[in-house]
Amino acid sequence: MNQAMQYIFYLAVLVALAIPLGAYIGKVMNGEKTVLSRVLCPCEKGIYKILHIKAGEQMDWKTYTKSVLLFSLCGFVLLFLLQVFQGVLPGNPQGVDGVSWHLAFNTASSFVTNTNWQAYSGESTLSYLTQALGITVQNFVSAATGIAVLFALIRGLIGVKTKGLGNFWADMVRIVVHILLPLNLVLAICLVGGGVVQNLSPAKTVELLEPIAVDAQGNILQDAVVDVENNTVTVNGQIVEGAEIVTEQFVPMGPAASQIAIKQTGTNGGGYNGTNSAHPLENPNAFTNLLQMLSLLLIPAALCFAFGRNIQNKKQGVAIFMAMFLLLVVAMGVMAVSEQFAPTALNTNPEVDTNSSLYQAGGNMEGKEARFGIASSATWSAWTTAGSNGSVNSMHDSLTPMGGMISMLLMQLGEVVFGGAGSGLYGMLAFAILTVFIAGLMVGRTPEFLGKKIAPYEMKWAVVVALAAPVAILAGSGIAAALPQIQASLHNSGAHGFSELLYAFSSAGANNGSAFAGFEANTVFLNLALGLVMLFARFMPILGTMAIAGSMSQKTPTAVTAGTLSTTNGMFVFLLILIVLLVGALSFFPALALGPLAEFFAGIA
Amino acid sequence: MRQKALDKRKMLLRAIKDSFVKLSPKTQKNNPVMLLVYISAILTSVLWVASLFGVGDASSGYTLAIAIILWFTVLFANFAEAIAEGRGKAQADSLRAAKKDVSAYRLASLEDREHVQEVVSSSLQKGDIVLVKAGQTIPADGEVIDGAASVDESAITGESAPVIRESGGDRSAVTGGTQVLSDWIVVKVTNQQGESFLDKMIAMVEGAARKKTPNEIALQIFLLALSIIFILVTMSLYTFSNFAANQAGIANPTSITTLVALLVCLAPTTIGALLSAIGIAGMSRLNRANVLAMSGRAIEAAGDVDILMLDKTGTITLGNRQAHAFVPVDGANEQELARAAQLSSLADETPEGRSVVILAKEKYHLQAPSMESSHMVFVPFSAKTRMSGVDYAGNEIRKGAADAIKAYVQQGGGSFSQECEQVVQNIANQGGTPLVVAQNHRVLGVIHLKDIIKQGVKEKFADLRKMGIKTIMITGDNPLTAAAIAAEAGVDDFLAEATPEGKLKMIREFQSKGHLVAMTGDGTNDAPALAQADVAVAMNSGTQAAKEAGNMVDLDSSPTKLIDIVRIGKQLLMTRGSLTTFSIANDLAKYFAIIPALFMGLYPQLSALNIMGLHSAQSAVLSAIIYNALIIIALIPLALKGVKYREVSAGRLLKQNLLIYGVGGLIAPFVCIKLIDIILVALHLA
Repeated sequence: MNQAMQYIFYLAVLVALAIPLGAYIGKVMNGEKTVLSRVLCPCEKGIYKILHIKAGEQMDWKTYTKSVLLFSLCGFVLLFLLQVFQGVLPGNPQGVDGVSWHLAFNTASSFVTNTNWQAYSGESTLSYLTQALGITVQNFVSAATGIAVLFALIRGLIGVKTKGLGNFWADMVRIVVHILLPLNLVLAICLVGGGVVQNLSPAKTVELLEPIAVDAQGNILQDAVVDVENNTVTVNGQIVEGAEIVTEQFVPMGPAASQIAIKQTGTNGGGYNGTNSAHPLENPNAFTNLLQMLSLLLIPAALCFAFGRNIQNKKQGVAIFMAMFLLLVVAMGVMAVSEQFAPTALNTNPEVDTNSSLYQAGGNMEGKEARFGIASSATWSAWTTAGSNGSVNSMHDSLTPMGGMISMLLMQLGEVVFGGAGSGLYGMLAFAILTVFIAGLMVGRTPEFLGKKIAPYEMKWAVVVALAAPVAILAGSGIAAALPQIQASLHNSGAHGFSELLYAFSSAGANNGSAFAGFEANTVFLNLALGLVMLFARFMPILGTMAIAGSMSQKTPTAVTAGTLSTTNGMFVFLLILIVLLVGALSFFPALALGPLAEFFAGIA
Repeated sequence: MRQKALDKRKMLLRAIKDSFVKLSPKTQKNNPVMLLVYISAILTSVLWVASLFGVGDASSGYTLAIAIILWFTVLFANFAEAIAEGRGKAQADSLRAAKKDVSAYRLASLEDREHVQEVVSSSLQKGDIVLVKAGQTIPADGEVIDGAASVDESAITGESAPVIRESGGDRSAVTGGTQVLSDWIVVKVTNQQGESFLDKMIAMVEGAARKKTPNEIALQIFLLALSIIFILVTMSLYTFSNFAANQAGIANPTSITTLVALLVCLAPTTIGALLSAIGIAGMSRLNRANVLAMSGRAIEAAGDVDILMLDKTGTITLGNRQAHAFVPVDGANEQELARAAQLSSLADETPEGRSVVILAKEKYHLQAPSMESSHMVFVPFSAKTRMSGVDYAGNEIRKGAADAIKAYVQQGGGSFSQECEQVVQNIANQGGTPLVVAQNHRVLGVIHLKDIIKQGVKEKFADLRKMGIKTIMITGDNPLTAAAIAAEAGVDDFLAEATPEGKLKMIREFQSKGHLVAMTGDGTNDAPALAQADVAVAMNSGTQAAKEAGNMVDLDSSPTKLIDIVRIGKQLLMTRGSLTTFSIANDLAKYFAIIPALFMGLYPQLSALNIMGLHSAQSAVLSAIIYNALIIIALIPLALKGVKYREVSAGRLLKQNLLIYGVGGLIAPFVCIKLIDIILVALHLA
């Protein structure tokens, strides 16, 4: 009961915050006055002046798309060069070398596409300059790009016989200045208040309260009695030869809180520390965990309401939100149940107590932090794969087969259950177009969405948007599975080994970025393949969305009558969910059967 | 009855023959989904041949079985299309019979009737002038520029009653292949050979001119995209299963033959196979309603229409007004008025006149005197006096419009009372037509002529309203009369004192608000409005200009046809959507049949997914693709007939169709595949 209340609480707070934020975002993108206008508008104007942006100049869909692509290309090239040449560039106190070309390609693709797949470990691979100018900048602008494309689509949907979809540069400035900066400032301060580090000091070394001992290979010795004065270590009364006593610990420092804020709100997911939000200094307690978890889905959820507001049909926004929300609730439910009721192997192990009590969460605690327990970990895992974030507070590799399958499936649906900032919603709208197409025919009308008729042109691009992710994932993982060298990257064998591979490509194809830990992705083939999958799954939908926006804006809406298919009622929500699930299930059922389903049935057999 | 059965058999045989003819790659490439099955059939056939030489990953008997079933799947799809075309072809054959070459008598000019040149009809050019006399066949489409004749148009309309065609006015268009029965006409040829109405009609009913409509193309894009996904699914499945087998250290259990079978099962073959049959059948249903659409697009637009502009006369009201009551004025006796009205109408052969006689007889039991025996002098209606009447037994009885009678009464020294004016006004306000009756320059009273609303129209309009279709009544009546009739008939709006310009303006206004408008028209002055309307039905009896401007021609020239057209349009779209839903919903069961079968060797625990309890891996795959082929045949009647259509709101329609075709599509294959599996096992085939 206590557990169920936690899930409900998380969902309720998310909705309560998303609604007002949605209204705010809607106003910002229409250039209306907001509470922050007085402070921020001068900044916005100043930036326009410096960058010579004519904010009032409307772009047609081709110009807008060109701007998006050009902007992303510049970001990509800059990030690539920064990595390759970081060894000779300033801002490199630790003296790390330049990154290999294929890893640089992979990382540049990853951050430009808002994926934040990391085939490297940040602290040992990237210089401060690369982190600051490359990674952090992309965390902001890749999220902003997704939102900008969404609003271009919204303008296209409400436009009547116009070509203008807004101005990309002005949209980017508005999103960063009015939405991302204030939101992250507040969040970062709260995180600091909760104990997340935020300083510019070098890493510290602190004395351990209780020294520990390791053997010659560096493994921690269990049940060791440490005698610091005599420098001896005894286990079960026997002195261990060659054992070393550890009295100090390395503690990473740096501007973490500010990075973590945008990592969460921008559906980025690239952690400050290697273990992401499972690290005690990145996510120390329940309070910071709640904040970070909410900010995983806050912007994607708020965008649904902003969408409804700006197309002047709030019910439509709510309907789309409901479809996403219900899918999320079901996913969370399955995840929660399968994690709480640990698999047979754990339950029958006499060494493990899987019962839930006042003192422990019970269930499958492998790979989870004791301070978060099952509810907060399962919620996070569902939310981070529903939204295309990819940050973690527990290890997905250690999820139960069902839990692992849910996280994979949420990505394989094309990241439309809230999904990435902007990209999740425009992806879902493409599914809405597919839905009205079939449902519209069934009521005896040629289909229309928001009054605009769906012609072959829109259909063509809607399938591109909706199916880009499955195509990329299937093609990528299909080719990878055929290569013999892929076996070397696997951490596990059998069905779970296959799951690792499938998860990696699902994560890339969904622009998510999370991984089954242990999968060695830093190889030439995987860096290239995953990089290409990320680029394809990001930019094909953007192209499709913009094409739809461009053609929709030039149509006149048809009148609404009793013969019009309603796209705001429960029936439509149900159908939309069905189509999303159907496309996802039909595309991935065979693959899932070989991975998590095989594991699952082996577990219960 | 026997003839009909024979025709049916002939049609069936022709369709079977065509199913094989359509196996040519040229035909197959028009339908991407079926092309995929076609290629799969070829591929498995090649695999079978290879397996005979010991090359391959599956037994040759199994591969052969799959190949045969796939070929049948292709043939079934061809058959669906062929049988849909069959009806059209039969119709086209009879039309072609009408289109034989005949002799034409070309005139040098309209004035010069002396120089008649006999030529073959196929050599006629646009603009030629020909003379057609009784008994001759009209050699080409054209406009009557002189004369009048009764014409037998049964060759195209199927209606045996002859129609009048005359120069000037709205009855001037003639169609090549029809026959002049009496008198003569001079016709100016309006269409080039090969572009005649008959040519177009043959092409349309045959489906030769059938272009894919935008909606059909959009659906095909969706189906193609699904097929591409499934190609990727099956291809990646091969490497996935290879990968898993490697890890388990066994040989890849997945054969290419099975994967091809899986691909065909998953691809939306049901709707892919029936898609063109649905389109052709929709067209053919329209043809059977004696409406000729100039494009498939027009039928789809009919499904979208949400404003119907209906002519009052013939659609909403019976063509004629009928006497409804006699209202005496100025102290006259009701009986006396009825008597006078009856006498004045005895010779009046118009339906209105007859209804006066009948009303007097039925309500006042007045037996009309025999017209021959009595000394009656009838005064027929003339445009000058605008009255008609009778002089009988020294009395002068007249009836006519109020102002005409007023003039007549005052001329004779009588007075036209205030009371009478009031009654006339009242009747007009109620939507009736007042006819004033006077005897010897004294007003007796007023006949109330009333428009009779057709039975059932009010309910019809209410149904249409439920579907979101508004009805607009178009009438030449004054606004008061129109409003009264509109209220009684239950139309949503009306256009009174309608002019062609008024209609055009109204259509434009509705369209600018996002409505789609359908209308019927026949006259040349309707042409602009017809051209503007989204669905424009020209009467076959109308002028050439009207027919050119419309996108459909109603051969029956029936004003109520518009409602049928909307129904056929909606039904066509609904059939398309419902079968697509059914086709996709089927995939779930097919997965549950094939996936456990594929991987049970690799992961025995996956047999938990074999919820149908199919006998073996081979029988599961075979059952699934046999079902996949048979369901095409099973759904052909539905594709031809169209799904059930009811006049309810969009929400209810969706719920109904989703329940039948969505939920049905989920359940049906589970049951059928299991049944086929049982049969296969019983026959020791798998």
